[in-house]
Amino acid sequence: MPTAASALTLENITVAFASQGGTRYVAVKDTTLVVAPGEFVSVVGPTGCGKSTLLNIAAGLMEPSAGAVRVFGEPLEGVNTKAGYLFQSEALMPWRTALRNVTAGLEFRGVDEAEATRMANDWLARVGLSGHGHRFPHQLSGGMRKRVALAQTLILDPQIILMDEPFSALDVQTRQLMENELLELWSADRKSVVFITHDLEEAISLSDRVVVLSAGPETKPIGEYAIDLPRPRDVAEIRLTPRFVELYTQIWRSMKEEVLKGYVQSQAH
Amino acid sequence: MSKARPTSGFLDRLRPRSGNLLYWQAALVLGFFLFWHVMTVPGIIPPVYFDDAGKAAFFFGEPLKVFGRVWDWFVGGAIYEHLWVTLVETALAFAIGTVLGLAMGLWLALNPIASALFDPYIKALNSMPRVILAPIFGVWFGLDIASKVALGVTLVFFIVFFNVYQGVREVSPTVLANARILGASRKQLLRHVYVPSAMSWVFASLHNSVGLAFVGAVVGEYLGSSRGVGYLILQAEGTFDINTVFAGILVLTAFALVLDLLVTVVEKRLMVWQPRQGETERI
Repeated sequence: MPTAASALTLENITVAFASQGGTRYVAVKDTTLVVAPGEFVSVVGPTGCGKSTLLNIAAGLMEPSAGAVRVFGEPLEGVNTKAGYLFQSEALMPWRTALRNVTAGLEFRGVDEAEATRMANDWLARVGLSGHGHRFPHQLSGGMRKRVALAQTLILDPQIILMDEPFSALDVQTRQLMENELLELWSADRKSVVFITHDLEEAISLSDRVVVLSAGPETKPIGEYAIDLPRPRDVAEIRLTPRFVELYTQIWRSMKEEVLKGYVQSQAH
Repeated sequence: MSKARPTSGFLDRLRPRSGNLLYWQAALVLGFFLFWHVMTVPGIIPPVYFDDAGKAAFFFGEPLKVFGRVWDWFVGGAIYEHLWVTLVETALAFAIGTVLGLAMGLWLALNPIASALFDPYIKALNSMPRVILAPIFGVWFGLDIASKVALGVTLVFFIVFFNVYQGVREVSPTVLANARILGASRKQLLRHVYVPSAMSWVFASLHNSVGLAFVGAVVGEYLGSSRGVGYLILQAEGTFDINTVFAGILVLTAFALVLDLLVTVVEKRLMVWQPRQGETERI
């Protein structure tokens, strides 16, 4: 894949943290990840393997110790303004209503309030939350808060969407609903997506491509799998198809060892 | 206990519980004043401690006379001017202290170097008993309200300052990162993330800071003034008029309760976004 045409390129990224006692903890080592425009890429790996670190690098919230980040061919400086970010934990401003949370990005960009409100109401309707705009985050359920966050991110029409296990805190049913909604929104207007998860089933059912990371420290990609399942997909139903099972078995085989490694390390700490 | 004696229904019903708490609270207040009355009014009981029947009344006052004094103040209208002065001092001390604490707290919390530089001095100033400043403020700002406001400000400032400092430090890193990704500039981060987050801490300490603004005003008046409830108490003390002293204390207490109630109302209005225990509604 030519770098110039890619939406997001992480080139030989290494991330090292200085830790107490003068030792250095290398979270990510020499990782390259290229995401094409409109491509849905999932990154899976055992817990604590530096998946979120990689995403923070792509978002420009963190600078790599070595390597380069390119966004549509341009080197990234500061926060990645072409990207939207869905966080794993609560990221809504608790002092703003759902509606004002959705308008926040537009407000920061100086969009006129009436226009921002109109767009936000539109987006709230699209994520199934019409009539809930006046509620504060604590008055919404976990799934609804995720929808608000989704609207908050997508209203800015980002070319790249970064997702850090956004649905991991939800129950299985809500989660599948949200996954289907995400796919629907995404297929209506294809953006590049980097979806971080530790759930291989979720990764396969959503993506065009699955990248498997090794256990940390010194995480790097150890495998890439094209997911040739037909779209549109229903995340619950597609899990029952033979091709899904085949892919799952294949990827899981390569992941298993890393997961065990990661588990042993997490026990040692 | 109540299960062991299920038959004594009448006494059980009188036991304090959530249903009759208000009656119990009223009964306790009444009991207190009754005790005070019986112990102090000469001639009700023979003197138990003092050798003279009138001495108890001299030292502790008599509740009926205290109430009479309060009644005279409010009906005669003499108290309003003093209450107003105390209220203005409290409000000014609260407002100025809060604004200064907010500004300073934000500035130091967002500037690690400045924070490190000023840290020992702020700790020193905070641990200094600020009441000793009252005479100095009296000299600097005169005996009018300015010196009382200054004393109140020194009390309120630190409460607000430490809360804002803490509030800024404890801004959720995810909310912050999210706002940055959404395109917030440094100024917008301050206005839309740091300040609201800090304000929630300021509101959490509102009861404390309003209370201390009040304390500053009254103590300031007490140490030298020409108006205010503290001044009334000071004057009465000068003539050993213990009933008026107690009347002043009574008025101050009632006033403090009203202020506290006001704060609760304001808090409920402004903090709608914060979940209160058991009030989280999900649909």
